[in-house]
Amino acid sequence: MSSPYRTSVIVALVLLTACRREQRKTEDKSFATTVPAGTQPGLLVAGGQLAFKPDPKQAAYEHNANALAEGQRLFSWMNCVGCHSHGGGGMGPALMDDEWRYGGRIDQIAATIVEGRPNGMPSFRGKLTDDQVWKVAAYVRSLSGQPTKDVVSSRADELSGTPPQTLEKREPVHPAESTLQ
Amino acid sequence: MVASALLALQPGAATGQTGARSAAGAAPADNGNWEMPGKTYASTRFSAMREITPGNVNQLKVAFTFSDGTNKGHEAPPLVVGGTMYIVTPFPNIVTALDLTKPGAPAKWTFKPKPLAASQGVACCDVVNRGLAYDGGRIFMNTLDGQTIALDAKSGKAIWRTQLGNIARGETVTMAPLVAGGKVLVGNSGGEMGVRGWIAALDAGSGKLAWKAYHTGPDKDVLIGPNFHPFYASDRGKDLGVKTWPPNAWKIGGGTVWGWISYDPKLGMIYYGTGNPGPWNAEQRPGDNKWSSGVFARDVATGQARWYYQSSPHDLFDHDDINEIILADMPVGGRMRQVLLRPARNGYFYVHDRLTGQVLTVAPYGFINSATGVDLRTGRLQPNKAKEPHQGKVVRGICPAAPGAKDWNPSAFSPITGVVYIPHINLCMDEGASQANYIAGTPFLGMDVKMYAGPGGNRGVFTAWDPVHQRKLWEKTENLPLWSPALATAGGLVFYGTMDGWFKALDQRNGRELWWFKTGSGIIGQPISYRGPDGHQYVAVMDGVGGWAGAIIVGQLDARDPTGALGFLGATKDLPSKTSKGGTLYVFALPH
Repeated sequence: MSSPYRTSVIVALVLLTACRREQRKTEDKSFATTVPAGTQPGLLVAGGQLAFKPDPKQAAYEHNANALAEGQRLFSWMNCVGCHSHGGGGMGPALMDDEWRYGGRIDQIAATIVEGRPNGMPSFRGKLTDDQVWKVAAYVRSLSGQPTKDVVSSRADELSGTPPQTLEKREPVHPAESTLQ
Repeated sequence: MVASALLALQPGAATGQTGARSAAGAAPADNGNWEMPGKTYASTRFSAMREITPGNVNQLKVAFTFSDGTNKGHEAPPLVVGGTMYIVTPFPNIVTALDLTKPGAPAKWTFKPKPLAASQGVACCDVVNRGLAYDGGRIFMNTLDGQTIALDAKSGKAIWRTQLGNIARGETVTMAPLVAGGKVLVGNSGGEMGVRGWIAALDAGSGKLAWKAYHTGPDKDVLIGPNFHPFYASDRGKDLGVKTWPPNAWKIGGGTVWGWISYDPKLGMIYYGTGNPGPWNAEQRPGDNKWSSGVFARDVATGQARWYYQSSPHDLFDHDDINEIILADMPVGGRMRQVLLRPARNGYFYVHDRLTGQVLTVAPYGFINSATGVDLRTGRLQPNKAKEPHQGKVVRGICPAAPGAKDWNPSAFSPITGVVYIPHINLCMDEGASQANYIAGTPFLGMDVKMYAGPGGNRGVFTAWDPVHQRKLWEKTENLPLWSPALATAGGLVFYGTMDGWFKALDQRNGRELWWFKTGSGIIGQPISYRGPDGHQYVAVMDGVGGWAGAIIVGQLDARDPTGALGFLGATKDLPSKTSKGGTLYVFALPH
């Protein structure tokens, strides 16, 4: 492979990523009107087969800076921050570590937000649109460094200031497109 | 010889060395039991047992242990009533009766109230329970999901159950009930969830609601009537629980009751403090925010308020006023007064006249820069403007931090020395306020908090305080936040535990550490002392680190975020390297 060719491929890839990073969904239909949050099965499925196929629209959320920024705003506004702090946890579990009680796939996080969980996570059904749920879920994944660095915010929104996400040590990445949790 | 050494001293009969003694009538002669968390209605946490002394405490050995099968924060004291010990766990609030007359103290019965699992999600600071109460053959308990239950002490069978709290509104119950004047007194927790605080009295016989007083809203809800005579002018006026708030903010304004209640049987009055106003962001609630962060005196029979004093008007820092209130009699200005002794969360040690609520004397017992003093003419705390949090900016170096110079963990008072032994903390914080959004059943805060050690670098302190002369006699610093209550004994010792699991006995005279024992988990539980069926003195404590200060352990939180656990993670990063979860009872005695 010649060097100019390789450079142009890299440039093209960067441009592609950059485009998606900056993309704002201002058209009528948001990302996920066709992907209701909270309807995907868990990891264990009776019968033994994983009847789960991720919708690429879900993964798209965490490759989008605008979705993550909106997710961060909603995370504070909907009081997620009161229990989970800025990822360290409190009344609720930490979200910046590598442990997921109810699954770390974006659709599993979305399900947790919509359905609630039995040990205290409240259900936000009816409080957020599906689009907003996916944005919060994408931001939750960003707390443990799942998205690429070019989409996460270089400064934290909160006042007392945890380190910016671009500078933090990230947990092992589970790509959004992966079917694993 | 043993018998003579165990002769119970009559607390209250003699005047302590400082001049202070337990309130006459509220602290009867020690019967060797431990029937309520405060030991007596005067909340002395003092045992008249004197077999264990500074001279022999180094012989103290484990007599038996018991694992209660849970591992969240254990703040409750065991109770002992005539040869049986009763312990309660944090959520799921299991009660076990242990037979002290048999070797190894086997369980007699276990009661599982099965509180709703979802209640764990609205408990702000670990799923703790602060203890049981015994009265007239019954054990009274509260559950995290807001039930009060009476159990037959012999069989462990439930006699009645009353649902008081509603988790859908963010209410939990974590305090120990107090049984006084035939009433079971209970309050709600949830000051971080936008609840409306209350205290309720249930008939001890039937569990039926006798009265309920809210701490925000119109006078009729607060049980303020013609007998209400607050000492200071700022607490007088109609419906201050509405007028000192922005419109409707009182409905979600806090003023919870999750700490300690004391009782003066001669006056028929209860004394207790109310929690912080909500949200934490004080710019959203201009006004004094009555009746949060203050002390109420009420008639136990009717619940009618008699007086109120607000320690932190328009509280800026989550300075709940729920700490223990010790009832004492002592000389002030040359004459004996019936007083309340209060090492308050805002860092001041208050001495009040318990008939009127007047602040007789006040002095800081910890490091304070968030206020410059208390005006004795108006009774008002003087906040330091420079440390006032505002939206959109970070204020640094606020002392004491949100948990105060002392949080819930109560002091002990020896009527022999007349000294208050205060287990407390030394933390400061940075705060950044933002707009809080009320959604029922979720936190209502609007504040980022980051805590760290105060001046000196030690996060805990144990202080011996002379309440008559309002001065420190000695103090012992502790590296970790000190989150366990204290026990004082007539033998001349004070006991407490540390968050890394050292259970200690100190000499009351000088604070010298005379004995220590390492428990499996850290200690935030209250030690007690009792006379066993064999006539000997025992000391008991539960380990099981947790609570707000131990949230990093019980919640497996991530210390990289200093704002975690409402800011406590910043001050407890090292805790996971020093302790881990547990829940074991340890009982100690001298070899005999």
